[in-house]
Amino acid sequence: MPGDFATEILGQSATKSSVEALRSELGLDKHPIPRYFEWLSNVFQGDFGSSFSGRSKVQGDQGDRSRLVVELIIPRLKNTLFLTGVSALVAIPLALLLGISAALYRNSVYDRSATGFSLVTVSSPEFFTGYIFILLLATLFPVFPTIANVNEDTSLIERFYLTALPVFTLTLVTMGHMMRMTRSAIINILSSEYIEMAKLSGATRYEVIVKHALPNAWAPIAQVITINLAYMLIGSVVVEFVFNYQGIGRLMVGSVYNRDIPVVQACALIFASTYVILNLLADLIGIISNPRLLYPK
Amino acid sequence: MTSNNKKELLLEMKNIHIDGFSDERWHKILKGVDLNLYRGEILGLIGESGAGKSTMGKAAMGYTQPGCKIIKGEIIFNGTDLAKLTEFEKRKIWGTKISYVAQSAAASFNPAHRLMDQTISAANRAKINPTDVLRKDAVQLYESLQLPDAENIGERYPHQVSGGQLQRIMTAMAMSPRPELIIFDEPTTALDVTTQVEVLSAMRSIVDKFNTAAIYITHDLAVVAQMADRIKVLRYGEEVEESKTKDMLSNPKEEYTKSLWSVRSLIKPEETNDDYMLSIKNIDAAYGSSKVLHDVSVNIPRGKTVAIVGESGSGKSTTARVITGLLPQTKGEIIFDGKKLSPKLEQRSKEELRRIQIIFQMPDTAMNPKQTVDEIIGRPIEFYHGVKGKERETKVIDLLKMIELDETFLDRLPSELSGGQKQRICIARALAANPDLIICDEVTSALDQIVQEGILKLLQKLQKDLGVTYIFITHDIATVKAISDEIVVMYQGKVVEQGLKSKILNPPHPDYTELLLSSVPEMDPDWLTNLLNKRSN
Amino acid sequence: MSDNTQSYSAKGEVSSITKRRTRFERIKIAFSKAPLSAWFGMIVLSIYLFAAFFAPFIAPHGEAEVFPVAYAPWGGEHLLGTDQIGRDILSRLIFASRNTLGICFLACTIALIIGTIFGIIAAIDRSYIDQILSRSIDTLMAIPVMIFTFILLSVFGPSNLNLILILGVLESTRFFRISRSVAVGQVVLEYVEVAKLRGEKLSYIIFREILPNIASPLIVEFGVRFIFIIFTVSSLSFLGLGIQPPAADWAAMVRENAILIQYAQYDITAGLTPLIPAAIIALLALAINFVIDWYLYITSGLKDDIK
Repeated sequence: MPGDFATEILGQSATKSSVEALRSELGLDKHPIPRYFEWLSNVFQGDFGSSFSGRSKVQGDQGDRSRLVVELIIPRLKNTLFLTGVSALVAIPLALLLGISAALYRNSVYDRSATGFSLVTVSSPEFFTGYIFILLLATLFPVFPTIANVNEDTSLIERFYLTALPVFTLTLVTMGHMMRMTRSAIINILSSEYIEMAKLSGATRYEVIVKHALPNAWAPIAQVITINLAYMLIGSVVVEFVFNYQGIGRLMVGSVYNRDIPVVQACALIFASTYVILNLLADLIGIISNPRLLYPK
Repeated sequence: MTSNNKKELLLEMKNIHIDGFSDERWHKILKGVDLNLYRGEILGLIGESGAGKSTMGKAAMGYTQPGCKIIKGEIIFNGTDLAKLTEFEKRKIWGTKISYVAQSAAASFNPAHRLMDQTISAANRAKINPTDVLRKDAVQLYESLQLPDAENIGERYPHQVSGGQLQRIMTAMAMSPRPELIIFDEPTTALDVTTQVEVLSAMRSIVDKFNTAAIYITHDLAVVAQMADRIKVLRYGEEVEESKTKDMLSNPKEEYTKSLWSVRSLIKPEETNDDYMLSIKNIDAAYGSSKVLHDVSVNIPRGKTVAIVGESGSGKSTTARVITGLLPQTKGEIIFDGKKLSPKLEQRSKEELRRIQIIFQMPDTAMNPKQTVDEIIGRPIEFYHGVKGKERETKVIDLLKMIELDETFLDRLPSELSGGQKQRICIARALAANPDLIICDEVTSALDQIVQEGILKLLQKLQKDLGVTYIFITHDIATVKAISDEIVVMYQGKVVEQGLKSKILNPPHPDYTELLLSSVPEMDPDWLTNLLNKRSN
Repeated sequence: MSDNTQSYSAKGEVSSITKRRTRFERIKIAFSKAPLSAWFGMIVLSIYLFAAFFAPFIAPHGEAEVFPVAYAPWGGEHLLGTDQIGRDILSRLIFASRNTLGICFLACTIALIIGTIFGIIAAIDRSYIDQILSRSIDTLMAIPVMIFTFILLSVFGPSNLNLILILGVLESTRFFRISRSVAVGQVVLEYVEVAKLRGEKLSYIIFREILPNIASPLIVEFGVRFIFIIFTVSSLSFLGLGIQPPAADWAAMVRENAILIQYAQYDITAGLTPLIPAAIIALLALAINFVIDWYLYITSGLKDDIK
């Protein structure tokens, strides 16, 4: 995809002068680095600029239909947050339960089959899982719709129904990671000396886990969760594409096609800042649950 | 310590066999050991690494570590065979009737809970007394264990108190439910000698006070002599001998038992001279912003051995790092063979580097695990002397012979050597450079007693043959007596004194030297009692 | 029971391993004990490699050869049918192994080399260089790789070379992190100090002393990151931004043929057509995961740290 938005929109036949004119209007004639800093300073003032697309192709036409980036993004962002939020609500408790129980019954048949299954899900790209669901539950046995077509008027119940398959996909894809990481974090703690000491002072199995292992497990588990939330966010880009779901990932991909730089930048900023916030959160929980850092010498 | 008239059997272990799984196969850890323990009695269980003493101690509770299993044998405690009980039944005995004190208190306390809650948890679970009574009792236990601020120390978290204090709190935790038996598993091994004395006396007095039976596991005969009524010696999972403490010390029957304190019998006549191989003058050094050496000056006479003694945090190892250039000093200078050494490693010449070699405490980490013996010893020969090929190999073999090994070791990896052999290879690597000065940093601390003796003899022989100078850094007074000409005593980053061995070891002493020397356990069951009497006067 | 200690000799001291084994013997033993899953992984991997190396000889038709019938059904001349413009799907699947494996392997190798060298240098230095490198890597890692690649590809334009370079640089951050943290553990060990004290050069310390001892975790990381890169490239290709046409790519084939799923109720093979390339990616990832798990088991014994 050579060229930029100006050549893209005006097509091959456009005259050189009209391309130049559109370029200077969009600011594409300036060097990318000052352009980036200009954008950045505007963002700090809450101005994400306006989208390139929707602009009139004809010079001088007054009916400029380009939209503000913020207007474009907000409804999409809501959709994505809905999708990832529901998936997280399903995936996190399930993965923690599976991971902790697999660690407790380590090397049992249950543990082996759970880790084996998780390895399969971890090895499957999002679109593979997604299309299997479509094949099984939307085409061969049409229970759910192929396309998760939601808009602002869709009711909550209907939303759940429409997004069922994307949620299944996203859940399955992240659950495997989360379960394996939880399992190894718990096994790590169970092999420490204070757990042996607790056993030798007569603690019951329940006490060993709830009183001795869990308080030390919060930090690693919080890390596992936030890492996977971040992972889920990225995974949602592909899942939204598979199910044609109008989320921010879908918007970003579309904007990359159209070279609609302001939208791409804004989407990337949202992804990156969510990612950073999630990571900070993990560190914060690590500090709160660690008495070493909470009660200094 | 014991009232012998009341001989009621508390624990009887018969013909214990335990196997452990490692390297993809089962090994025998214990091969049929018996053990009897009477009420109120303390039994010392001693042996070197791999003797199975710790496994035996845990087996006394009916517990084996993951990867180990009891093959056969009976563990009769108070009339019930623990080996036959289910986990559920054993849990009712653990922590209340039998409690356990581990070697590493720092790792054995749960970092997430306050010390008081952990101290009373077992007694609380068994509902021996209401919680507030248990808390008051715990404070009293803390007091009788001479813990500072006994009222409030329980409100702290494990990382907020020192190692010696943690070890005493763990003893309080074991004592809180008033068990009939306590297993002490190397409880003072990780501590400095001066701290060890405090912990030992606290543990002994509290066990005496409640007349609790105990099994005390250690590798240090002098320590166990202070605690135990009887001593049992284990080796390779079998019993070597057992007798009353006094008899064991005065008249051990087996050669092996005698060899356990053989280092202490090694003696070297002292000599010195004024021809200094190395002198360090008024050295200051710091890690980041914390200053660890204050105005340290030491002189090392040519061809002699100077021992630098001190406890952890005394700065003895830092001194070695400054001499080698790993940690440049912030003040002062180092004179080596009449010439000033640059503080920074990078600014020293290859020749200067060659002439000073160092041997470290842990031979496991001092050798690259991926290199063979041939590569390890051959590299300095090639690097410093440019010798290659056949000639290099002959030199490596010569060195191997010098350290009493031979060419069959050439292609071995460090993981295929025993602890003593590893340390010998490290010595050969140092010798390969043909150095004038060798710094030995705790070279025998990680080794078993008999192996220590072999290494010390080898070092002495090499000094006689090659005339090398040694700086011997150690915390072990017995080793110092065995090898040194001169002694430097260090404390908190400062030199307390330097002088001939006879001068330092005999009174009058400065306060710290006195404390340090008197804290070293002796082969005398009354040593601790006498020491405490003397100190309280 | 008593051992005569007077006969003590250094040579006779029992070492932990009683039997001497050469490296070859150890590898043989490891293989003979390999679990079924590891064998499965190794066999699958070798099939993929075979397909990648000999693609022109195995494939029945050319990579970009166009036949008159689009969306031809399975069977006959086109075993798995043809795609939307009439290219033989089986042949494209085989050629795609070349493109995907090749591009991912190159990107991963670039990442390994850059990341490891800087990682070890940072570990040895532990001062200014370390601070500068670590902080800038932290910043780079704050942005998810796929999003970052998105932006960079839209700036530099999507080409296979750009893809390799961008992923190589972005993924090197992971190798930097892991090699630094493992190497820090080694640098403080005395054998590295011994080498420093001997006066060895930096390159000797990196390549002869440290690298052999951090190789195992790096190999594991290579496997893990290789899968990750395959997933990233596949996701990008699936979204139309990855490997560029006419080169065949599995994920792009999934997207191109996705429409066929709707006809699954009439002809199940049509529904399976877009799933086959997706399954091929999943199988590859699974095979690598199996081999990694086994390798982790034999190199670290009981370590259970799979991420």
